[in-house]
Amino acid sequence: MVKKLRYTNALAVLLTVAGLSAPALAGSEDVVVENAWSRASIGVNRPGAAYMTVRNTGEDAVTLTGLATPLAMMPEIHESKTNSDGVSSMAPAGEITIEPGQSVALEPGGLHAMLMKLQEPMTEGENFPLTLTFSDGGKVTVEVPILGIAARGPEG
Amino acid sequence: MQRRQLLLYGAAGAGVLGLTLFVGWWRVDGPGAPEPKGQRPLPLSAMEFRLTDHEENEVGPGNLIGRPTMVFFGFTYCPDVCPTTLSDISGWLEELGDEASEMNVVFITVDPERDTVEAMAEYVGYFHPVIRGWTGPEDQIARAAEGFRASFERVPTEGGGYTMNHTAGVFLFDAEGELVTMIDYHEPREFAVPKIRRALTEDVEGAT
Ligand SMILES: [Cu+2]
Repeated sequence: MVKKLRYTNALAVLLTVAGLSAPALAGSEDVVVENAWSRASIGVNRPGAAYMTVRNTGEDAVTLTGLATPLAMMPEIHESKTNSDGVSSMAPAGEITIEPGQSVALEPGGLHAMLMKLQEPMTEGENFPLTLTFSDGGKVTVEVPILGIAARGPEG
Repeated sequence: MQRRQLLLYGAAGAGVLGLTLFVGWWRVDGPGAPEPKGQRPLPLSAMEFRLTDHEENEVGPGNLIGRPTMVFFGFTYCPDVCPTTLSDISGWLEELGDEASEMNVVFITVDPERDTVEAMAEYVGYFHPVIRGWTGPEDQIARAAEGFRASFERVPTEGGGYTMNHTAGVFLFDAEGELVTMIDYHEPREFAVPKIRRALTEDVEGAT
């Protein structure tokens, strides 16, 4: 399921816009996903997390409504927050609207693609496909490289 | 949809502003005031708890006196905040180079149910070798958190699992076990490393 491909460039983003030919789409065909990365997991019991920048290069607002991946049964956009007492918590972020020309960063300590119920371990050096679903019915699939557990960003 | 809900809450909130202010006074300054939050952690010498490190040694706050110390709370089933803190700390330690080995760096789990000694050993093995993982019975973890004035809470998630809310900052102590400062969650390296150097220098001054 997870491709046994070694990624050669952390910036390499393989984009496939499903339903590109469908004229009903409004906006999501102009979504670009950049700098996707994730950390390796220990086994499958602990949830994983993936990060990326989702850029809306079009003229219409787009709304990110969900995630899908063969790697995890329950992928979900989450947000970590740290309150004024320094206590951090994490909860589903709901739908995320990206205005034209804007981008949303999924990055450590904020929004992240939470990968719950892993179907197989996330192994350093491999990739997995992650599909972002938008409210106009469009889908964008990105190949996410799996970096080391101690990775700090898309460069490792 | 979420935004609309927020607006509704906002409107409702404005409607009961008077009541809110009263409740606010009651809770903050009035008879309902809780114990002051965000208090200073106790000195390590005044803390009392017994835990087990990831190599099965019995440990407690006394083990941390004599060298500067960084302590933080987390859990290994935490996908975002905890690995970020551990990799931030690993980066700071790399920058400190040889000085890193003059410090205690301890990750105390707030999830002892899943974070056994073996789980801690496997997990910390992926980060800087100076980092130790401590776990133990829940009452001892609670006593540790109390000493540090840290908090944690188990929160159920959909799908039957749970996650832990917890204090995310790093506690920095000098060699005598007095708090030097906190390093906030995900604090940039250029601020964090000088703070650690300060704790290391206070150690030197204390020794002369
Ligand atoms: Cu999450």
